[in-house]
Amino acid sequence: MTQRALILFVGLFILFLAVGWTMGAANTSLLLVQSFAFALIALGLNIQWGYGGLFNFGIMGFLMVGGFAVTFVSYPVNGSFWSSEGPFMLARAALAFAAGALLVVGARNGHRIGIRGAWKTALVIVAWSVAYIVYRSQIDPAVKYIEANAGWVGGLGLHPVLGWAFGGLLAAGIAYIVGRICLGLRTDYLAIATIGISEIIRALLKNMDWLTRGTLTVSPVPWPTPIPQDLQAQGISIANSFIIARLGYLAIVIVILALIFFLVQRAYGGPWGRMMRAIRDNHIAAASMGKNVTARQLEIFILGSVMMGIGGAILVSFGQIYDPGSYQPINHTFLIWVMVIVGGAGNNWGAVFGALLIYITWMISDPVSQFLFNSISAQTSEWGWGAIPEIQSRASQMRVLVLGLVITVALRFAPRGLIPEVVKREGERAT
Amino acid sequence: MNELIFFFNTVLVSGTVLGSIYAIGAIGVTLIFGILRFAHFAHGDMMTMGGFIAFLLAAAFSAMGIVAPVPTGFLVLPIAMVIAAFIALGIDKGFYAPLRKRGAKPVTLLIASIGVTLIIQGLIRLFFGSGSYSFFETETKQLFKIPIPIEGVTRTINFTQPQLLMVVVTVIAVLALHLFLTRSRLGKAMRAMADNADLAQVSGINTKLVVRVTWIIAGALACMAGTMLALDVSLKPDLAFNIVLPIFAAAIVGGLGQAYGAIAGGFLIGFAETLAIFNWAILLRPFKDMVPFALPTDLAVVPTEYKLTVAFVILVIVLLWRPTGIFKGAST
Repeated sequence: MTQRALILFVGLFILFLAVGWTMGAANTSLLLVQSFAFALIALGLNIQWGYGGLFNFGIMGFLMVGGFAVTFVSYPVNGSFWSSEGPFMLARAALAFAAGALLVVGARNGHRIGIRGAWKTALVIVAWSVAYIVYRSQIDPAVKYIEANAGWVGGLGLHPVLGWAFGGLLAAGIAYIVGRICLGLRTDYLAIATIGISEIIRALLKNMDWLTRGTLTVSPVPWPTPIPQDLQAQGISIANSFIIARLGYLAIVIVILALIFFLVQRAYGGPWGRMMRAIRDNHIAAASMGKNVTARQLEIFILGSVMMGIGGAILVSFGQIYDPGSYQPINHTFLIWVMVIVGGAGNNWGAVFGALLIYITWMISDPVSQFLFNSISAQTSEWGWGAIPEIQSRASQMRVLVLGLVITVALRFAPRGLIPEVVKREGERAT
Repeated sequence: MNELIFFFNTVLVSGTVLGSIYAIGAIGVTLIFGILRFAHFAHGDMMTMGGFIAFLLAAAFSAMGIVAPVPTGFLVLPIAMVIAAFIALGIDKGFYAPLRKRGAKPVTLLIASIGVTLIIQGLIRLFFGSGSYSFFETETKQLFKIPIPIEGVTRTINFTQPQLLMVVVTVIAVLALHLFLTRSRLGKAMRAMADNADLAQVSGINTKLVVRVTWIIAGALACMAGTMLALDVSLKPDLAFNIVLPIFAAAIVGGLGQAYGAIAGGFLIGFAETLAIFNWAILLRPFKDMVPFALPTDLAVVPTEYKLTVAFVILVIVLLWRPTGIFKGAST
């Protein structure tokens, strides 16, 4: 860490203290937990974009997947589902899915039995359609039945930390599929493809009422640490219980973040990180040195997505509610991009710094602009121009504008971020 | 026959309208990509902005008591397009030109366009809140009903006046663009620059002028597409976000940088979306008594909620099958 980075972190600490002083300890502890969870997600993007040069505009999708995973694993068991016909019908749908997948794989291997060219294409298309129809014929009645009788599938009632791990795992699985389809594409195609996939994930999780309860939302999702209500039962005052409970949660988040940060930082300097940067800077040269560019990029895409999945799961557990309708590309994809760009892509300290700084800016721009609007409004009514209407709702929209201005200014005046990546070259060291 | 007319009304009419909107939006994306070599993500929000400009003008017009035989939205469209073109020029001057001068990579410009997206959306939300607006609060949509002179047909072919005008306006815009690109000196310069920017510059083409013209065309077309979308459904600050994906899909499917490809891609995506969510069981209804088993009642390819996935699936298939799009597109 350079002196510049140290000064910036000290400044950030003072900013947090100032915010804590004005907003109170309970709000600040909430802000801290969320900003550290976002730091984890930003590290994930920093691996993908900073180390590997991969464009992922689908962060929202991975956060949603992580959130779904922790909800599914840690929410209490829904007895009326397990005692109904539902599991049986779902198993049949899964079988239909497997049979369809087998059919498609078989059709794709049609050349082995002598079906070639246009005939093979036709066969693959037919196989896809048959598989889709078979799957729909099983899943549609199952969905109807579950929604009518049990409401939804419910959870598994396991520990939330298991759910976070499952979130990472599920994100890895999806990242594998996405990566296999899209990583061969050029940068801008990859960007639009990942946006598309995250929108599809959102559409699915929002409308699969039988699995996620969709817009009905699931709550309360349990915590891994005692929740404030538990502490209140032990006789701790309400105000203190929130602070203590959130600090307990914060401790877990910081431990996870520190562990992952350590691993990622070590990986950056190691042979693996050097190889990744070589691929990022010139993938043709790296390929000619015998590196398997596509496989390595897939690897780093999956690793980054795992961190996003875990981060998304931590956020949902902390908020205690899983609401697929609340996910927005601005709040969950672009916000994280701004964090990494402003902080400094390729530098982990930069990514964490950017995450903390941007999250706090994002959160306080609402009250600050409300204050600003109120004072302007007081001024204009004094001048007889009338007050600004609907200050509250307008102020809450200011964050989007602030975010846009921040990224524009950062690109203009600090294109490599506030704590930029330190690039060491042999020649420079010699001089 | 009634069922066929229903098919015509729901699929062909709305598919044409949707396809026109996608095509007009995709032309802008593809032109910017061809000339400046970056994916302009703020295009969707430039469309929303155009829609809001037209909305404000329409409100001003009806406040002044100006009435026309066409909906006010179409009356103000040319003025709104001019304003939007100037704003697009301003956006380029303020946000992209400094980065280009520094020699920034296309990826940096792409990220800058995200910044522009956020700023435009923030401003729109700041001034208009997050509710939805309609052009037709004071005036009504005129509905055309054309009866079919065949015995036993009770349904009529239905479409609204805005829908008809949209198709007309799209045809005019596409023809004008075609003439501009093939006949005018500037249009030829534009195509030359899209093919090879360096070669165009050494041949004496004023590349700065071409860039400006590109932004003017893209801005005006974005405004047009946004207004048409707002006229067809309703005007919301987050209108663009749902449409930026199909538009990029259309531009990529057609081959980035290819204006004609964008038109084809737009209509392809528009029709694919409407065909995919159409309930095909309706077409089978006349044969209900002829078959011994019960026909299913719901035969849509995908449920309506998953309309967005259609554009994306087409995009993926095209990219796997022909990575540069149907018409060979440019590459960075």
